[in-house]
Amino acid sequence: MTMDPDTLAAILAMALATVATRLGGLVLIRFVKLGGRQRRALEAIPPAVLMAVIAPTAFVTGPAETAAAAATALAAMRLPLLAAVAVGVATAAALRAVIGA
Amino acid sequence: MSEKASIEDFKAGTMTMAPLIVAVMPIGLVFGAVAAGKGLSAAEVAAMSALVFAGGAQFVALEIWSEPASWAALGLSAFLVNIRHVLMGASLGTKMGAFSGPSRHAAMLLLADEIWAMAEARAARRPLTPGWYAGAAVPFYAVGVLASLGGALLGAFLGDPRMTGLDFAFPAVFIVLVMGFWKGRETGAVLAASAAAAVITHALLPGVLYIAAGAAAGVAAALVVGRAETVPA
Repeated sequence: MTMDPDTLAAILAMALATVATRLGGLVLIRFVKLGGRQRRALEAIPPAVLMAVIAPTAFVTGPAETAAAAATALAAMRLPLLAAVAVGVATAAALRAVIGA
Repeated sequence: MSEKASIEDFKAGTMTMAPLIVAVMPIGLVFGAVAAGKGLSAAEVAAMSALVFAGGAQFVALEIWSEPASWAALGLSAFLVNIRHVLMGASLGTKMGAFSGPSRHAAMLLLADEIWAMAEARAARRPLTPGWYAGAAVPFYAVGVLASLGGALLGAFLGDPRMTGLDFAFPAVFIVLVMGFWKGRETGAVLAASAAAAVITHALLPGVLYIAAGAAAGVAAALVVGRAETVPA
């Protein structure tokens, strides 16, 4: 059972961040009235962050990753989460084997 | 409320969450396995799942994991990924009339997208009670943490993540989640701006600045498109 100090610090920072977002809503409804603009900006953050995280993998890593990303997106329109992820993983593994990447 | 009614409520909450409690098992297993592949010990994996308990933020953490871990980058990215919980909490908080102050805050600490969605659906039909919420949230939490620990312990047997494609599981999860946020043209603008800013920043600057750049570009796009759309109305 080992615990690296840097890793522990990172986990605690993540925990603090998520506690802040979880309790933030209760604080917000006590003190602030959200306008349309603020709501719009807040709602754009999750898809923008997720897109930023996957963009390098999806667009500039290699053809296998780009194709697997496209396959996952198509599968997500029809299939539940786990099935769509399975499609993406299988596509990535198969294409890497073919390309030899 | 009587103790018996509380127990009945707890059971009802667990029953409602049952399919999601099953679905969190393979996600937890994959998380634990890939985390172990990145060099995290089983104790670290379990600690992260127990203390952070936010799938999206944890998947992102593994994507940008470095040696040694950067608490500033990981804390900031967890905050950005989970900022949607502020809105979810604000919405759900108005439906917690049956909760005491402390229990309302305790309930929020277990907030997850799945629990939020189920609690909102429940609140639309009948008053939300602490018993029901605990029945929905606590087993989901416990199974998620245990599954990630199991994945970390079994990870060594799953082989090289690149060969099996398992390293692609997290990008794939994000892609599915992104598709779920789709609400039309405005979302398209947000995603295009974020992707372009992220790819450019990733090529030019070190570290995880590309995530902040993508987030900022996406928010800017939402405000620009939103203004253009609200002018005629």
